[in-house]
Amino acid sequence: MPDPLIVDLSRLQFALTAMYHFLFVPLTLGLSILIAMMETVYVMTGKPIWREMTKFWGVLFGINFALGVATGITMEFQFGMNWAFYSHYVGDVFGAPLAIEGLMAFFLEATFVGLFFFGWDRLKPVTHMTVTWLMALGTNFSALWILIANGWMQNPVGSAFNPDTMRMEVTDFMAVLFNPVAQAKFVHTVSAGYVTGAVFVLGISAFYMLRGRHMQLAKRSFAIAAAFGVASTLSVIVLGDESGYAITDHQKMKLAAMEAMWETEEAPASFTIIGLPDMEARETHLAIHVPWVMGLIGTRSFDTQIPGIYDLVDHAEDRIRNGLYAWDALEAIKADRASPAAREQFAQYQDDLGYAKLLLKYTEDPMAATEEQIRAAAWDTVPHVPSLFFTFRVMVLSGVLLLGLFVAALWMISREDPLPRWLLHLSVWSIPVPWIAMEIGWFVAEFGRQPWVIEGVLPTFLAASNLTLLDIAITITGFTLVYGILAVIEVRLMLAAISKGPAVVDAIDDLVPGMGEGGNRTPALTPAE
Amino acid sequence: MLFDYEVLRLIWWALLGILLIGFAVTDGFDMGAAALMPFIGKRDEERRVIINTVGPVWEGNQVWFILGGGAIFAAWPALYALSFSGFYLAMFIVLFALILRPVAFKYRSKRDGAKWRRNWDWALFISGAVPPVIFGVAVGNAMVGVPFYYTDELRPMYEGTLFGLLNPAALFCGIVSIAMILMHGAAWIVLKTEGEIAARARRIGFYAALASVVLFALGGAILSFGWLGGYVLTSTADWAGPSYPLAKSVEVARGAWLANYMNVPLLAIVPALGFIGLAGAAVGFKTGGVERLTLLASGTGVAFIIATVGVTMFPFILPSTIMPDHSLMVFDASSSRNTLRNMLISVIIFLPLILGYTAWVFHVMRGKVTEDGIAKSSHAY
Repeated sequence: MPDPLIVDLSRLQFALTAMYHFLFVPLTLGLSILIAMMETVYVMTGKPIWREMTKFWGVLFGINFALGVATGITMEFQFGMNWAFYSHYVGDVFGAPLAIEGLMAFFLEATFVGLFFFGWDRLKPVTHMTVTWLMALGTNFSALWILIANGWMQNPVGSAFNPDTMRMEVTDFMAVLFNPVAQAKFVHTVSAGYVTGAVFVLGISAFYMLRGRHMQLAKRSFAIAAAFGVASTLSVIVLGDESGYAITDHQKMKLAAMEAMWETEEAPASFTIIGLPDMEARETHLAIHVPWVMGLIGTRSFDTQIPGIYDLVDHAEDRIRNGLYAWDALEAIKADRASPAAREQFAQYQDDLGYAKLLLKYTEDPMAATEEQIRAAAWDTVPHVPSLFFTFRVMVLSGVLLLGLFVAALWMISREDPLPRWLLHLSVWSIPVPWIAMEIGWFVAEFGRQPWVIEGVLPTFLAASNLTLLDIAITITGFTLVYGILAVIEVRLMLAAISKGPAVVDAIDDLVPGMGEGGNRTPALTPAE
Repeated sequence: MLFDYEVLRLIWWALLGILLIGFAVTDGFDMGAAALMPFIGKRDEERRVIINTVGPVWEGNQVWFILGGGAIFAAWPALYALSFSGFYLAMFIVLFALILRPVAFKYRSKRDGAKWRRNWDWALFISGAVPPVIFGVAVGNAMVGVPFYYTDELRPMYEGTLFGLLNPAALFCGIVSIAMILMHGAAWIVLKTEGEIAARARRIGFYAALASVVLFALGGAILSFGWLGGYVLTSTADWAGPSYPLAKSVEVARGAWLANYMNVPLLAIVPALGFIGLAGAAVGFKTGGVERLTLLASGTGVAFIIATVGVTMFPFILPSTIMPDHSLMVFDASSSRNTLRNMLISVIIFLPLILGYTAWVFHVMRGKVTEDGIAKSSHAY
């Protein structure tokens, strides 16, 4: 078993690098689609302002994309570096989506992103537009495969432990691809990326309008972002991945923890708006309930029960006891590979093998575990309730706020000219909200997955590499320094590009027709301010 | 037949090589060009010309590396787990270099200051020069063997350190690697530029190609004279059996890395093509006027040096020094048959598409990069 400190530090490093990577990913997802839509309008109408918009937002996209790619490389290699046992144990299943992501998606986006920037003078407008769409398609396919991989960690379908190779292997690849948890996650995450792109464009356009700069570009960008934002936010909320939470034991546990639901209630269960969950007392103080709502959201029905934490812990205890039969059989197989009796026993209980491994935290030999240790291991399946309870609520609140903002923006843009200043201010100040919601969303999903790295299959504390403290200290420090410096540079370049405005794009000559209407100074006459 | 387990394993062994070669041949010229840039480009405008020769294509090229990582994870999970955790700090240095690269490309020419640009130039130099050296050292260590073993639950245990990787044979491979990448980068710069820049690249390229020929020959001599121990399988191999790396026996033997060539003399064609490529590149640099052929020759040299390593070690992938019986082999370190088959189908569908659109992008961006062109462009790096 790896040293617990190494495990904790590896988790910290993974969390840091993944959450940092995810600062850039959603904007890439959303902005690539928005840019492709703008360019499509340009190709269809031939109005140069849309070409200028495509190029301007393209510059910001490029600054963001560079860091998304750079930090994504780390993710691909970190599984092997810090999670060697994990990689060995589940690589047969988990590696394939990552490899296909490279084949199908990353090649597409990375090859065409170069042409997006360098191809303006070499390609016909329709061809360039196609390149832009292929790039956007690539980024979205990328998200699909990554979420298929992640969905399998939450709901490990289509696979089984093979005693001959001592690892998990694929039994049904289609089940891995069409994993319902992965699908729910994909729609939810990609929509959230679109929301991020929309808020970004909306906020910066509002900033220009407040300053009375680049009005033509800002108004059109504001409109397209508002419309796109309403659709995406609705998609995030309605197709929120709560729908995936009714499927597996631990997804149910995560749901119960997010809702601080200790006892099972009569269906349909009530929703706790706010309260103070207490891990020690195992109850929620000062809770305010709304009847029925939880049951409806969580099960989409009136009569399906949502199990509470106490019942789920009892169930986990049963699975640990069953898992011991699988563990016992596996030891027998190791001693005599041909033993049919041992293999038969293993086949019967193999789904619970992972639960027996929870005991390794307390004893080297799970077969010798005491009743208290089994009870403690069962309670280990409960993630930290208060942190999930509160962060989940912040995420939901962010979604609702953003929906309000987009609806207001869309409503007013067709009715009021100029737009009210409070709306513009609100749009600018809302720029960080989707990032907060999304980082929190990943926290809920992954911290809520604990103690498992693969639900029901492999506990996190077994998954790390046998590294030294010095190894990890060097890399955590290194990543923090490099990422920190790059963040400062990125924000500065982003701000510089925004304050320059469309003048950041040259080749203004051919943009003059169609510009300068409505009292707007042409960008050609407004160099950096 | 195609989907028999033993055939799939052989195909994926070949694909592992092809992906590494794809990476070395495409991203290799990016890295070589970036490493040569501070020396060949004297003025800022010249440096921008060199950067912009790779500007539109390096991002796609780098995906060979990402894909290589993903494919090793999917097809050779034991290798992925062991080598990436074992070479932990070396991998971190590679990551550091590769993280610098996209940002350096994107950000360097976004501001004017001489100091800003000089700093990013060195970042580009590091990102181009460091990974080839480390990859070479890693390949060298694979040939020497690395200190690892498995517990009975198949937990990979690596007993080495960063400095343990720096043995003479491995360092030698690092030097071979950087020499051939510099040659390849120079061949690219010659093709994509003109005038003084191209002339300087030709001179450097010639010496790099010459050094590659000599070093590759020296490597052959080291093996031939038995100065480096190899490994030999002493039990039978079950090519269609489960991937369980503890069920065979392996011994260390001097000269064992020549066994494949003794048994199948025709295999000598692989290193021979390496020599022909390298020598052809040297001649091409010297005569001039044959830029495309020179790049082709240098790419061939790079490809067959890598292929030589694979053919030499077959069926070994990663031998263990402290527990040779636990070495990773083509027949006991792969994924399950299901996964190898699914992945092969994906490759058959997507690899032709990738090659097709990559070729199209290179075609669209064909032609020389000039200072004039960059000055007029709004998007150049």
